Amino acid sequence: MSLRHDWRRARAIAWKDLTAERRSKAGFNSVVALAVTILAMFGFALGPDAQAIRDAAPGAIWLAVLFAGVLAFNRSYQVELDGGALEQLILYPGGRRAIFAGKLLANFAFVSLMLVIVIAVGIVLFQVTIPSAWPALVGIVICGAVGLVTLGTFYAAMASRSRAREVLLPLLLFPMLVPVLLAAIEATKALLGGNIMSDAGAWARLLVAFDVVFLVATFLAFESVIEV
Amino acid sequence: MVIPTSSSLAIDASDIARRFGASWVLRGVTLRLSPGEVVGVLGVNGSGKSTFLRILATLIKPHAGTALVCGHDIAREPEEVRAQIGYLAHTPGLYDDLTARENLIFAAAMLDRDERGVDAILERVGLLAYASQPVRGFSSGMQRRLAIGRLMLIRPKVLLLDEPYSNLDSGGLDLMNSLISEWVDAGAAALVVLHELAPAADLLDRTVTLQDGRAATKPAMHSDPAGIPLAASGR
Repeated sequence: MSLRHDWRRARAIAWKDLTAERRSKAGFNSVVALAVTILAMFGFALGPDAQAIRDAAPGAIWLAVLFAGVLAFNRSYQVELDGGALEQLILYPGGRRAIFAGKLLANFAFVSLMLVIVIAVGIVLFQVTIPSAWPALVGIVICGAVGLVTLGTFYAAMASRSRAREVLLPLLLFPMLVPVLLAAIEATKALLGGNIMSDAGAWARLLVAFDVVFLVATFLAFESVIEV
Repeated sequence: MVIPTSSSLAIDASDIARRFGASWVLRGVTLRLSPGEVVGVLGVNGSGKSTFLRILATLIKPHAGTALVCGHDIAREPEEVRAQIGYLAHTPGLYDDLTARENLIFAAAMLDRDERGVDAILERVGLLAYASQPVRGFSSGMQRRLAIGRLMLIRPKVLLLDEPYSNLDSGGLDLMNSLISEWVDAGAAALVVLHELAPAADLLDRTVTLQDGRAATKPAMHSDPAGIPLAASGR
């Protein structure tokens, strides 16, 4: 199969997932509601100390996105399991990597939209000042989302074959996400703290390196994960 | 008489065995199909009919035995096998939140087919009037028709049909039979899992009954002088 065909298949899967999500809305609404609830709970737990709240903001935002993202990743394969659609998907001729690319695109769009909402709520709730280097912050958020979505999509595919997938996915995903989350949180913290040149740069490079490694590794391994 | 070789056969399955847990469902099924042949697979519930079809469709692996589909090994060349088959599963495999047209457009994209033919297919399966409606509101018969429509996007050399007549009304039965005839006339072979022989009796060249994990073959149903359905005769 040609690269052009694989790209058409990947786009079709992303379009199908996002169209189904747009129609049902249940998934997005519940995921965003969970993320905002987690943020609010962090706010209550940290108390009235404004500086402590601001310091905790990057961690709270990324953890809220992580927990809500797990729901989203599980849902993206639940759509395929309902009514036996996953078998049809596997039977279409062509490389399995197109399936992964399509799921990745759809999940990235989904998580990115969630991130926009969660960050907006986080800025208000945690009284965070938007830094002058906000384009760098956008870059960090995109890189963090890529790492999160890559691993989330991959392990959700792996867990989808199990009856205990809702339990299995966090067990598989969370340990693997530690380096990505750590780098994303520290880079975000450095940028929000105004320390652009030193810490943020180092953490950002680490984040990009993890993204590249995980992207390559998951694309290579996906064939054996989804295959019977 | 020309004796078909493995490479000229549409399906060449030998001693296929499969268990689920400790229970053996298939204990050594051997079956050969030539291009243009239509074979019905019969058997009581749990006899392994669907399992056998799923093995040939490369959806599950056998624990023993080998099978070639159009000369390709199902275990070593699943990708080549999938390019040759049209598999109609027991479940429709549709997306509830997409419309009928969108489901076929998605399938066309996945198969690298021109999506302009989708409306003609919807008309053929009697769903053009419902093309813009989400599948969620479809009856099981309508979903079956749409799944058949998706099969029309494929140009299969081997048809693997798992109870293709279930949930279909009389118009649907006629549609299914005419499509099978068209595909077979074009050189495809068809393996059809059936609960009742009647809807497919005129199409079948022979039937295979799965019993105790093994296959027993009978000649064409429509030429059976006694006219006794094999399923009822205990074979």
